[in-house]
Amino acid sequence: MVRDVVLIAAKDLRLEWRSRVGAGQVLPFALLCVLLFAFALDVDRGVLQQATAGLFWVVVLFAAVLVVQRSFSVEASDGVIDALRLSGLSPAAVYLGKVAAITVELLALEAVLWLAVAVLYDTTLGGWGLLVGTVLLATVGTAAAGATYGVVGLRLRGAETLLPLLLLPLLAPVLIGATAASDIALGRSAGPGWPWAALLGMFCVVYLLLGSVLFRPLMEDS
Amino acid sequence: MSVIAPPPPTIRPTTSSRATRVLGVLSIVGIVALAVFGLFITPPDAELGETIRILYMHVPTVSAAYVAFVVTAVASVAYLWKRTEFWDLLAASSAEIGVLFFALTIFNGMLWGKITWGVFWRWEPRLTTTTVLFLTYLGYLAVRRIPATVSTRATVSAVIGILAVVNIPITHKAVDWWRGLHQEKTIFGTVDPEMQGTQLFTAYLGLTVFLLLFLWLLIHRFRLAWLSERAEERVLDRAIADRRAESVEEAP
Repeated sequence: MVRDVVLIAAKDLRLEWRSRVGAGQVLPFALLCVLLFAFALDVDRGVLQQATAGLFWVVVLFAAVLVVQRSFSVEASDGVIDALRLSGLSPAAVYLGKVAAITVELLALEAVLWLAVAVLYDTTLGGWGLLVGTVLLATVGTAAAGATYGVVGLRLRGAETLLPLLLLPLLAPVLIGATAASDIALGRSAGPGWPWAALLGMFCVVYLLLGSVLFRPLMEDS
Repeated sequence: MSVIAPPPPTIRPTTSSRATRVLGVLSIVGIVALAVFGLFITPPDAELGETIRILYMHVPTVSAAYVAFVVTAVASVAYLWKRTEFWDLLAASSAEIGVLFFALTIFNGMLWGKITWGVFWRWEPRLTTTTVLFLTYLGYLAVRRIPATVSTRATVSAVIGILAVVNIPITHKAVDWWRGLHQEKTIFGTVDPEMQGTQLFTAYLGLTVFLLLFLWLLIHRFRLAWLSERAEERVLDRAIADRRAESVEEAP
């Protein structure tokens, strides 16, 4: 099982490394969003600094939609999804492999984005323990929900444009939890950060379990 | 030119039956009684004043919506298990009615907000949660409108129906904590335990009436969906028969 998960994740990451879609298209889009927020919110009023965590996670969610779409669009051409079904790999392993690859891609994107908001929004990064924990949990949760809905676009032709409508409301708890925990880590608000991290952790566990179970009918029905 | 074929003689082209007529009469009489009790008989509330009258409709609509989404989730699980059309159509029909009730909930919540807060919208936890979940189920309904094979559409919808209902308590908790420092006067929630007399009776009358209404609408919507599937099959059968007839005529 673990070997299969690694196999799928490595395949996706190798594809990404060779095509550079994430680095060449998704990352510039995310950086563009960071700039657009500055145009919209007036850099002189300190709003950007106050809202750094929220804006950061909104950008991550937008980018996640693109990463998820990309992750499954590569399976759509040339009947690759059928090859995956016939490969003997368990659907749960395919799902977890996809989640792992999306998580790694998003973590790389988030590392660059944190640097970008630190410089462009004049935000001092800190509270490293909580911040890193929040980033990890929120990213895994986003990938877990995203991978489940990503395969929907694969199954229904024309559903690609629906992915944001399906995924973003589902990720509302992740946005709320990650923003609140990041705000506490960055010293923007007081209070304990662990309940938010626990909420994100619960989201991860629930969606990893559900995704592992529900990926089989989604893959097998075509 | 598209030809809409009449339903086959073995299928009754109606969604009505003796049971639905009884349910319909009970629902309509119940709604009239609810309006009379809610608007004229019950006294104004000590805290909420006249706005409590919106509550008599608001709590029932949100309760019926949650019941509808639970039905959708249960039917979705049953579909993935049994793979029968019945469960798929039941899940879809229930979700449609749930979305309708959620829209009513948001609408009357905003009306209450305008009277109480002076604005149609505040980031009140229940109003926010309801809107997020409303959008989630709009996605479910949008998926059902995408052309696909019956089996694919049903499977994808079932998965979304399950994921959406699991997200309800998580979204509730997240939004509650998010607005934790900003709690204010709200009408969202269940029947107030301090209610007494005609107020309490009207609150429970509302709940009962809207659950009956949900059941009535659900049966009609399910039967309509089922008849629609049969009509599509019949159009397809007719088209295939026509093509076959053409090929026989063209044959030397």
